[in-house]
Amino acid sequence: MILKISHASVFVLDQDSAFDFYVNKLGFEVRQDNQMGPAFRWLTVGPKEQPNFELILLPVKEGALFKKDKVKIMTDLLKEGTLGGLVMDCTDIYATYEELTQKGVIFAHPPIKQIYGRIDTTFKDDSGNWVSLGQNV
Amino acid sequence: MDVYPKVFLYRRLVQSKLFIDNHFAEKIDLDNIADEAYCSKFHFIRLFKGVYGRTPHQYLTFVRLEQAKSKLKNNISVNDASFAVGFESPTSFASLFKRTYGQTPSYFRATQIKLSSARQKTPLKFIPGCITAKFNLDK
Repeated sequence: MILKISHASVFVLDQDSAFDFYVNKLGFEVRQDNQMGPAFRWLTVGPKEQPNFELILLPVKEGALFKKDKVKIMTDLLKEGTLGGLVMDCTDIYATYEELTQKGVIFAHPPIKQIYGRIDTTFKDDSGNWVSLGQNV
Repeated sequence: MDVYPKVFLYRRLVQSKLFIDNHFAEKIDLDNIADEAYCSKFHFIRLFKGVYGRTPHQYLTFVRLEQAKSKLKNNISVNDASFAVGFESPTSFASLFKRTYGQTPSYFRATQIKLSSARQKTPLKFIPGCITAKFNLDK
């Protein structure tokens, strides 16, 4: 029986920039930040209120995971906004939308009350991953 | 037309919250924050709690404690961490920390330093096997 998801990953174009976005803009905690040799940095973050979950910020770069041609494909997909799919909950959608907007996060639109019982909106992270942010009502 | 309901009210509350986020280490007069939000102190406290689930004072304490945790993780002493985040007495900080997190700041600091050291010495123990295999980290 599967109990929970402990880790999930998003591909990012630049780990330093992603660190800044997820920690300084979204307010996530750094869970692990460990450079392992010259080529691999293990970087995970998570919401302060969800201590047992780690979001892995995996870089799209040439190496063990991606060949050069795949790096180009992934980079294009990220920049086009094709990838992503994280869904985040917050305590008050309007306050969170306002705060993140003031911090420079770009939203697709202001929060909208949806027919499925949620007020939500969408933004892109610094790499182009789209993220849904909402509050159940 | 407003982009969402009570937009100006939300902007004032967010400004107050960000003020606390940015000035937590200083002596903050929460009455002044209410003035800047252009409402009475009691109305402001009620609105703030409605949005953030904590009164402004509780939120300020929460931010200071979270910042202190971060400093303790980085090997800063309990006394230095306490003063650096705006507590006036390390003793009251330690007691509040224990009440909030169920462990003393010294114990928290010691376990975090031990954990950090283990992550440095044996990093693969802290990384899921699928990542280790995909990135050939064990070779």
